[in-house]
Amino acid sequence: MNAPAYNFAYLDEQTKRMIRRAILKAIAIPGYQVPFASREMPMPYGWGTGGVQVTAAILGPDDVLKVIDQGSDDTTNAISIRKFFAKTAGVATTTATENATVIQTRHRIPETALGPNQVLVYQVPIPEPLRFLEPRETETRRMHALAEYGLMHVKLYEDIARFGHIATAYAYPVKVNGRYVMDPSPTPKFDNPKMDNCPALQLFGAGREKRIYAIPPYTQVVSLDFEDHPFEPYRFNAPCALCGAENSYLDEIVTDDKGGRMFVCSDTDFCEERQTAGHHGSLSAAPYKEKAHG
Amino acid sequence: MAEPMLENDQPLLVADALGKSYGRIAACRDVSFALYPGEVLAIVGESGSGKSTLLQLLSGQLAASSGCVSYRMRDGVTRDLATLGEAERRFLFRTDWGYVHQDPAQGLRMAVSAGANVGERLMAVGWNHYGRIRDTASNWLERVEIDVARIDDAPRTYSGGMRQRLQIARNLVTEPRLVFMDEPTGGLDVSVQARLLDLLRNLVAELHLAVIIVTHDLAVARLLSHRVMVMKGGRVIETGLTDQVLDDPREPYTQLLVSSILPP
Repeated sequence: MNAPAYNFAYLDEQTKRMIRRAILKAIAIPGYQVPFASREMPMPYGWGTGGVQVTAAILGPDDVLKVIDQGSDDTTNAISIRKFFAKTAGVATTTATENATVIQTRHRIPETALGPNQVLVYQVPIPEPLRFLEPRETETRRMHALAEYGLMHVKLYEDIARFGHIATAYAYPVKVNGRYVMDPSPTPKFDNPKMDNCPALQLFGAGREKRIYAIPPYTQVVSLDFEDHPFEPYRFNAPCALCGAENSYLDEIVTDDKGGRMFVCSDTDFCEERQTAGHHGSLSAAPYKEKAHG
Repeated sequence: MAEPMLENDQPLLVADALGKSYGRIAACRDVSFALYPGEVLAIVGESGSGKSTLLQLLSGQLAASSGCVSYRMRDGVTRDLATLGEAERRFLFRTDWGYVHQDPAQGLRMAVSAGANVGERLMAVGWNHYGRIRDTASNWLERVEIDVARIDDAPRTYSGGMRQRLQIARNLVTEPRLVFMDEPTGGLDVSVQARLLDLLRNLVAELHLAVIIVTHDLAVARLLSHRVMVMKGGRVIETGLTDQVLDDPREPYTQLLVSSILPP
């Protein structure tokens, strides 16, 4: 009667074994999309069902979990998933990047450099980088198998022909370990260089599309480009309005209907740590250390 | 003088007793011929005579039930197409071969610009310089008489004749030696057909292309081809020089085909 209604970290052990096998295969073939028997999760598709399954499969009782959504630790999605695992696995959670052993992320890589004892789990909506150019799954699989990636450059060519530069700003295609072209999930291309030679293991889970892929630690990840139009990460040309950071990825926040806007770090943990350390920006409340409800 | 001729003395593509059957239905039976570099061969016949099946067999898109097709690769080695791996066959298809579909929508990417359509084959063989790809693409648009100002327009905004010319440019950009054409003038009005045929004839001569063209239109065969093969019921019933076959048809069926053209 007292047995819990669900297993540690929600999924049953057989399901976790199945997912772990897919993860191992994905790590063995960097960038290759491994099909897996994605389960129904108690959340809608598009909310990170793939990421949650990967996290559930790799989570151990000693792990410390951090969940971010667009860099933020305090959005509905991030809080829900963090609470979900706090409840179903009883693991410790954190918002500090350096304390986490498993970080589930939607659309960002933390600003703080990741270490070899960390795993980054991405939520992926559409794993196939060739999808919008080639709708047939049979054909895209064949193209991956034969490494026929000319089509990926057709997309970049179109960007330059239309906008004068490579206008793809997120989900920017990369080539992993010199072989597979991979969609890095909709992270901004600002984050692409962080994937290259990263000490942390990077896992990608697409729940609806039933695919898992991976970048093992210290793997070469190259963003595709043209010789005369090289890859360039994009960042708003402004310091963070709260912490003054000059090198972090910024969110643009519209503050009124007269064209007023502010730029703040999308990585909330990074921004808060900088503020605690005494950095401040043009719009910091003064004195910023005092809290309104202190 | 004998040395340079040697290259053209060897056939580019050889079909040997080629056949394809679907159960008891033989779509194509015992077809043998040799195609030489720079030669244009027309395959004519009515619907259901096995023309398109034969074209698919020759281009390796369909596995033959009997017989074989061999092709002299760019390195001079003649190989049986059935022994090529999929990667090799696909590579051949986007470098040394061209395939012009009757419906340009099948051969083009309708949603991406004309420039990217022409450039795709170049990017597929590793071109990685936007400026050079674009220059080559605009050069080819000019050659097929498409206004270069429309390089960034998608082919869905093009007329039928322009689409067909774009498809030809897309195929010829890697300088193939052999081009397959399946009714390239089908569905176009007469004046557009005439312009396309004129363009094709010039390009074929200029680039020394070998062409296998499937058509039911004898006028197309007469204008473009050096040799004609007449098919009926999956068999080749008559073959010979174009003017010989069309002006002096031997087989009753060929006579019927020729006499069914309306006099101008």
